[in-house]
Amino acid sequence: MSSAAFVIIAIFTLAAALAAATLRKLMHAALSFAVALVGLAALFFLLGAEFVGLALVFIYIGAVAVLIVFTILLTRRDVGKDRGFNWAGVLIALAVFCGLTWSILKTQSLSIVAPHIRALTVKRIGEALMTGYVWPLQCVGLLLTAALIGALILVMEEKR
Amino acid sequence: MSAWILDHLWLIPAVPFAASLIILSLPNAWRRSAAALAVTGQVAALGLSVIAFLPTVQTHGFRTAQNFTWFTFGDNGLRLGFVLDPLAAAMLLMISLVGLCIFVFSIGYMADDKNFVRFFAYLLFFSGAMLGVVIANSLLLLFISWELVGLASYLLIGFWIERPSAAAAAKKAFVTTRIGDMGFFLGMLWLYNRSGTLLFYDGGKGCLESAGLAMLGASATFIALLIFFGAVGKSGQFPLHVWLPDAMEGPTPVSALIHAATMVAAGVFLVARVYPLFSLGAINGVTSSLTVVVWIGVTTALMAALIAIAQADIKRILAYSTVSQLGLMMVSLGVGGVAAGIMHLLAHGFFKALLFLGSGSVIHGCHSEQDIRKMGGLRRFMPVTFLTYAIGMMALSGVPFFFSGGWTKEEILHATAHWPKSPVPYYLMLAGVVLTALYMTRQIIYVFFGNPRAAAKHAHESPRVMTTPLIALALGAILLSVVLTPAWPWLHEYLTGEAVHFEIGRLIQPALFVSLVLVGAGIGVGLWMYRKAGVQDGNRPAQIDPLEYAQPALFRFLENKMWIDELYARTVIAFSWMAARLSDWLDRYFWDGLVRGFGGIGQAFAMFTSGVDERGINAGVDETTVGARGLGRLLSAAHSGQIQIYLGVVAIGMLALLLLYAWLA
Amino acid sequence: MTPTLQAFVVVSAALFSIGLVAALSRRHAIFILIGIELMLAAANLNFIAFWRFAPQPHQPTGVMFAIFSIAISAAEAAVGLAMVIAVYRHYHTTNVDQLDQLKG
Repeated sequence: MSSAAFVIIAIFTLAAALAAATLRKLMHAALSFAVALVGLAALFFLLGAEFVGLALVFIYIGAVAVLIVFTILLTRRDVGKDRGFNWAGVLIALAVFCGLTWSILKTQSLSIVAPHIRALTVKRIGEALMTGYVWPLQCVGLLLTAALIGALILVMEEKR
Repeated sequence: MSAWILDHLWLIPAVPFAASLIILSLPNAWRRSAAALAVTGQVAALGLSVIAFLPTVQTHGFRTAQNFTWFTFGDNGLRLGFVLDPLAAAMLLMISLVGLCIFVFSIGYMADDKNFVRFFAYLLFFSGAMLGVVIANSLLLLFISWELVGLASYLLIGFWIERPSAAAAAKKAFVTTRIGDMGFFLGMLWLYNRSGTLLFYDGGKGCLESAGLAMLGASATFIALLIFFGAVGKSGQFPLHVWLPDAMEGPTPVSALIHAATMVAAGVFLVARVYPLFSLGAINGVTSSLTVVVWIGVTTALMAALIAIAQADIKRILAYSTVSQLGLMMVSLGVGGVAAGIMHLLAHGFFKALLFLGSGSVIHGCHSEQDIRKMGGLRRFMPVTFLTYAIGMMALSGVPFFFSGGWTKEEILHATAHWPKSPVPYYLMLAGVVLTALYMTRQIIYVFFGNPRAAAKHAHESPRVMTTPLIALALGAILLSVVLTPAWPWLHEYLTGEAVHFEIGRLIQPALFVSLVLVGAGIGVGLWMYRKAGVQDGNRPAQIDPLEYAQPALFRFLENKMWIDELYARTVIAFSWMAARLSDWLDRYFWDGLVRGFGGIGQAFAMFTSGVDERGINAGVDETTVGARGLGRLLSAAHSGQIQIYLGVVAIGMLALLLLYAWLA
Repeated sequence: MTPTLQAFVVVSAALFSIGLVAALSRRHAIFILIGIELMLAAANLNFIAFWRFAPQPHQPTGVMFAIFSIAISAAEAAVGLAMVIAVYRHYHTTNVDQLDQLKG
C-alpha cells in the first residue's frame, strides 16, 4: 500500500465527486458520479477488498449510474432549466467536514498502520455469506425483491 | 404426542398466523380457497389445542413452561416463553372451538361481501393473536399478542371502512383500549424494574413464583392496579367500556369473536393469569387491588345491565350484556373465585357467541335490519335460530340445571356472598341477575314473539352453513353444564387442582334457590312487562316501549347510555379546550418573549437558507410574533415541506452531537 | 511509507461532505439522490478501512457490512429513482423547491 497511489486515487475520487455534486449539467454530473465510484473502487482495491471493489463497480457503475442516466432521460423536459444553487448547504457541509476532520485528527488511535494479512479470497467471502451471514443474506434478498416490486409499482402508469 | 406438543407450543398461535398471511396474499376472487384455508387453519389450531389439553387432564396441577432467550444485551437477556397449564389449556380449547364455529358461520354471513378474502385473513389473525395471549409465559409476549389482538380488532371493527361510523368505532376502540394499555405497559416496566424478569414461571425464578413475588413488596399493589387498568380497557370495564357497544359497527361474526372468544376475554384472562400479583399479601383473601377489581366489576355489571334494558339495537343489547357479564367475572376474580370467574368466561364464550351468531342470523334474515322494534314473530320464520337463541338466552339469564351459565353464575354468587369485606356487591349482583333475565326476556319477546312488524314480513331462515354453528354452540352451552355442576365440579377441580369427588347432594344448595327465584323473577317481570310489546296497549302506541311509556325520563337516561359518552365529551373536550385557552393566554402574555426569541432564531435561519424559506418559516414567525394562537403554529411552520431544509437541520444536529461528544471525550 | 487509517477516514469524511453538498444545495431531485449515494459510499469506505486496519482483519465482518450496505443502497437508489419518475409524472417537475406538500 503506497502513499503515492493513495494520494493520487484520493484526489481523483474527491475531484470526481466534487464535479458530481457541483456540475451544472445533470448528465455530466451523473457521469462524474460514475467516475468517482471508479476511484472509490480503486481505494477498495488498495485496501485489499477486491471483491467489494468489483461489486461496487458492477452494482454502482453497471446498474445505479445507468439507472440515474435513464431517469435523467425520462425526466428530460425538466432538465434544461436553470437551477439555483444554495450556498447555505455548502456552508453546512463545510462545517460538518471541519467538525469531522477535527475530531478525526484529535483521535490518536486512528494513526495506525495496516497489519499484514492474508488476502481475503472470494472463497472465504462466499463461505462466510453461506454460513454465519446466511440470514442477513436472505433478508437482503427479500429487501431487494421488495424494492424491485415497489419501484415497479411506483413507476407504473396510473389506471384511468 | 403430548410430549411433542409441549416442545412445540409456539405452533398453536403460529399456525393461524401463517395461514392468515397466506390468505392475505390470495387474490380477491379466490373466495372458496380463502374460506377453506381459514377453516383448515382454525381446525389445525383446535387439534393442537386438544393435544395440548390432554396432558393437563392427566396430571393434577399440571404446568410446564418452555422459555427461550429472545436477545441479550450485555449480561442481561430478554427471555420469552410459552406456558401450558389448565387455565391456558381450557382457554385454548374454548377460543379455537368457538372461533371455528364463528368461522363457519362467517362463510354464510359474509358470502356477498366483496372483501371476503381479507375478512378471513383478519379473523384468523385475530384468533392467532388471542391464542398467543393465552399461552404466553412472559408478560412481554402477552403484551405483544395483546397489542396484536388490538390491531386485529381495529381492522375488523372498521372492516366496512366506507361507513364513517365504522371507521369512527374502530378508532374509538383502538384509542380507548390504548389508554388502558398505557397502564399495562407502565405496570410491566415497573414489574421488570422490581423483579428483573417478565417470565411468569421460570423454575421458581419467575415473577409469579415465590422468589419473584418476594422482591415486589408493597409495589405489587400498584403494579397489579396498573395491569388491571389494561384489563379494564380490553374487557370494557367502567370507565373504559365506551368502545365495546360501538364495536357493533363491525360485521356480526366479528362482534361474536370480540365479545365471546377473544379480545374482551383477554382482560379477564390477564387478571386470572397474574392473579398472584393481586393476591400477594392477602389477609383473609382481601387485598386493596382486589377490592378495586370488585368495585369496578360491580359498577360495570350493574350499569351495563341497566343500559341494556333500554336499547333497541339487537346487537347493542348483547354488547351491553357482554359488558355486564365481564363485570360479573371481574367481581368473581376480585372476591377470590378465580375458578368461578374463568368457568363463567368459558361458558360465556359459548353462549355469547351463540347469541351473537343468532342475532347475525336474525339480521341476515331480516335483510340487515337491527332494530328489534321492527321485528317480531320470527319464531315461525326462523325456527332453528329461535330455538338456539332461546337456549343462549336461558344460559345467559342463568336458568339453572340444564344451562352452563346457570351453574357458573351460581358459583360466582356463592363466592361473592362470602366476601368478608362488604355484603353490598352480593346484593348488587343479585339485582344484576334479575336485570339480565329481564332484558333478555324483553329482547326475545320483541324479536321472536308477537306479530311480524315491518322488517320481519319477508324474513327467512338462514342457510345450513349458518345454522350448523348455531346448533353446535347451543349443544356446547348445554353440554358444558355437565362438567360445571356442583355435584361433579370437574372443571373447577381441573382449574384449581383440588381433588373433588362426585356427590349428588351438593347439587341442591341455598344459592341454587336464590338464583332460581331471581331468574324466575326476572323472566316473570319481563314477560309481564313486555307481554304487549310492539302492539297498541291502551293509550300506548305500538312503537313505544312499555318501560318508556311508564317511565319516560328513566328510559331516556338508560337509552342514552347514562350520558357517559356525552360526559366524556364534556369533560375531556372541555378540558382540552380549557388547556388550549390557557396555553393561548400564556402564549400571549408569557411565552411571547420566548416566542420572539424563537422568532429571531427562525428569522436568522430563514435568511441563512435564503429566499426559499421566506414563505415557510418567516411567514410563520411573523404570525406568531404578532400574537399567534399557539406555539404549535410555529412548530408547524418549521415544517416548510422542503426536504433539503430538513436534511440541513439533520446535518447541523449531527455536527452538534459530534462536537458535544468530542468535547466530552 | 504507507497511509494511516486517519488518511482514509479523512478522505471518507471529505466524500461524505461532498455528498452533503449535493444533497443540500442542488435543486434537482436526482442530485439529492447522487448526494445520498456519495454519502453511503463514504460510509462503505469507512467499513472497509476500519476492517483493514483492525487488529485481527481475518474475520470478514467489515467486508460483509460493506456488501450488505451496497445492496441496500442499490435498493434505495432503485426506489428513489422510481419515486423521482413518479413525482415528475405527477407534478411535472423534479425541482424539490416546488415539492412542499408536507408543509405544515
